[in-house]
Amino acid sequence: MNNGMKTLTNGLLRENPTFVLVLGMCPTLATTTSAINGMSMGLATMFVLICSNVVISLLKNLIPDKVRIPAFIVVIATFVTMVQLVMQAYLPAIYDVLGLFIPLIVVNCIVLGRAEAFAAKNSVGLSALDGIGMGLGFTLALTILGAIRELLGTGAVFGLPIFSDHFAALIFVLAPGAFICLAYLMALANKLQKK
Amino acid sequence: MNKLESSFKNMVLSLVIISVVAAGALAGVYILTLKTIEAQKTQKQQAAILAVLPEGVELGEAQDVNDMIVYPATLNGEPAGAAVQTEANGFGGPQKVMVGFDQEGRIINYEVLEHQETPGLGDKIVSWFKNADKPAQNILGRQAGKLTVSKDGGDVDAITAATISSRAFLKAVNKAYAAFLNDHTEAHTGASQQVHPVEQPVHECDHHCQGQHEDGHKCDGHCGGNCKHHQEKEANNE
Repeated sequence: MNNGMKTLTNGLLRENPTFVLVLGMCPTLATTTSAINGMSMGLATMFVLICSNVVISLLKNLIPDKVRIPAFIVVIATFVTMVQLVMQAYLPAIYDVLGLFIPLIVVNCIVLGRAEAFAAKNSVGLSALDGIGMGLGFTLALTILGAIRELLGTGAVFGLPIFSDHFAALIFVLAPGAFICLAYLMALANKLQKK
Repeated sequence: MNKLESSFKNMVLSLVIISVVAAGALAGVYILTLKTIEAQKTQKQQAAILAVLPEGVELGEAQDVNDMIVYPATLNGEPAGAAVQTEANGFGGPQKVMVGFDQEGRIINYEVLEHQETPGLGDKIVSWFKNADKPAQNILGRQAGKLTVSKDGGDVDAITAATISSRAFLKAVNKAYAAFLNDHTEAHTGASQQVHPVEQPVHECDHHCQGQHEDGHKCDGHCGGNCKHHQEKEANNE
């Protein structure tokens, strides 16, 4: 039980995929133009992560070592395409924004990284917990990053205006702002870790 | 259970089985979501059509004009303009716009269906051109066909720091107007001259050609190719 708890919280801070492992930077930087976009991307990735971790952990003895990477990719790609179709059908507004990045979850290093490093060696239960933990950590990081960029860039968070957009610096919504915010957040995460 | 050995047979078998199961699962999800996705798309399009036309109109049969789709509208049996789905290349990719015209070719409203403009800059096309408080950038109620940004000598203020997006947007609107006219004259041959006297006095031609020179045929429709601008351009080309 203790072990499970540790696996679950691992992804949140100690091995946070964004701030500590620095995996999956493409969606992190590109989709966090607003808090809601970042959160949607995080949740979509989390879903894929949990499903692929569980399935790969179930299949780990049936997949010969030499073909494990193609097998993992097929499993991951299947779940990503499912997310894409379901999102397109039921959340069209979010799909319009994230559309381009959803297929890229397939090559998101976090998903394959966890499959390879954790799910292929651990039990189904622990793998599911790892998927939830890592997914939550990723979602949390993307939501924070998106919220900060949205606030500084447009003066709103989750679409709720906090201050007038006359005082907002648009650069934070554009690409350079993503790097600047991410760097400060990483520095902050490092400082918190050291204590 | 021990891990399967990496023999040729095992590798082929496990990959084939995984792929087949994955393909089956995907086919299932695809079939399940297909109808909803189609419905979403039609719904979005229908909502856009209704948003750009006056309330209570009935839609006629959609027509293809130069790759644009024209939805003629009638109000109580009388023709009441049309909604036109148009497209132009913006800064980040194609902009798909639905534009509503009244009988005289004035813009009632527009909706951006799809775009890939820069967030915070070009993506303002969604609302920039229908801000009634700022007449210099508002295009609602204006006569379409000759809209150009002020930088190019027109009288529509472009979005700050997004001139290319604005230019593309206005091009899409002008193209829509061309399709609207085209469809209009086909549908009401002869009568259209009397019923819609607003269309283009000759002196407007200069502006018109500036915006629309690529659509040669449209220019002819208006000025018979006689306007100064048109001829100068042709002389230059030669």
